Amino acid sequence: MNNPLHQFEIHKIYPLILQIGGVEIDVSITNSTIFMLITVVCIIGLFLFGIKQGYHLRKPSKLEAISEVTFRAIANLVKENCGDEAKVYLPFVMSFFMFIAMGNLIGMIPYTFTFTSHIIVTFAMAALAFIVITVIGFIHHGIGYLKIFLPEGAPLFLAPVLIPIELISYLSRPISLSVRLFANIMAGHIVLKIFAGFVVSLGIVGGVIPLGMTVILTFFEIFVALVQAYIFSILTCVYLNDALHLH
Amino acid sequence: MDIEAAKMIGAGLCMIALLGVGIGLGNIFSSFISSVARNPSARDQVFGIGMIGFAVTEAVAIFAMVVAFMILFK
Repeated sequence: MNNPLHQFEIHKIYPLILQIGGVEIDVSITNSTIFMLITVVCIIGLFLFGIKQGYHLRKPSKLEAISEVTFRAIANLVKENCGDEAKVYLPFVMSFFMFIAMGNLIGMIPYTFTFTSHIIVTFAMAALAFIVITVIGFIHHGIGYLKIFLPEGAPLFLAPVLIPIELISYLSRPISLSVRLFANIMAGHIVLKIFAGFVVSLGIVGGVIPLGMTVILTFFEIFVALVQAYIFSILTCVYLNDALHLH
Repeated sequence: MDIEAAKMIGAGLCMIALLGVGIGLGNIFSSFISSVARNPSARDQVFGIGMIGFAVTEAVAIFAMVVAFMILFK
């Protein structure tokens, strides 16, 4: 049986090394890069060809329906969770959702590469969300943003206990965001490959059961792909709400 | 004891975390079914929050699996 971890290997398609003052930075074009580009092109294509005037005047085509429904869902998400004045942060949340969702879905096609199955990619996205939200909090509230660790109305003698707990749970946000996405996608793909291996090794007659299991797991993986993107975006919205309106 | 045997035992012990995850998931879906049974028109609103609860709880199970893999393959 083939090694199920082979699908996560990075292959350099076009080696490229940047020399900046004695430090070599490897910026080669890998299969991960190519799939990220394909994802971005698909997202741009979906919205470019899907948003047309007169949506409510006639029966929408498939692309129009998908793009408008998705956009409205995420816009409602941001408006409900962060309030009306957080409309400016809609592109931020929307980019996360579309990138992760489209990337995961493209990774469900056989022989493609899922770029969210690498911890560095998801950690970069989660760290970006964390840093942006912290900076937004400091811009809105100045140094008073630190009141997020000592909620209003909490008695002062509890502070030495409460502040470390709140601090640790605040710092664990990027870790939990990134590991949740990475582990769900990687685990799903590994399980799919293992069951697919069983189909081949059990032959034509006995291989029907693993085949059925693989089909069910593929449906479940598509569901997980969308749900994980939705969870990432809604948690980003909740953290943004925390930062904008202190608790 | 063999280091390999100890690794296997460690990875097996990690899976005890799934006890809590199972109970949590059962709670989430049982309350989802109860609330939809009381008020079927609230289904769409409660479904979104139910999915968030499901994914966040499932993440704890996945954390346990990641620790088990780290024990087995490091």
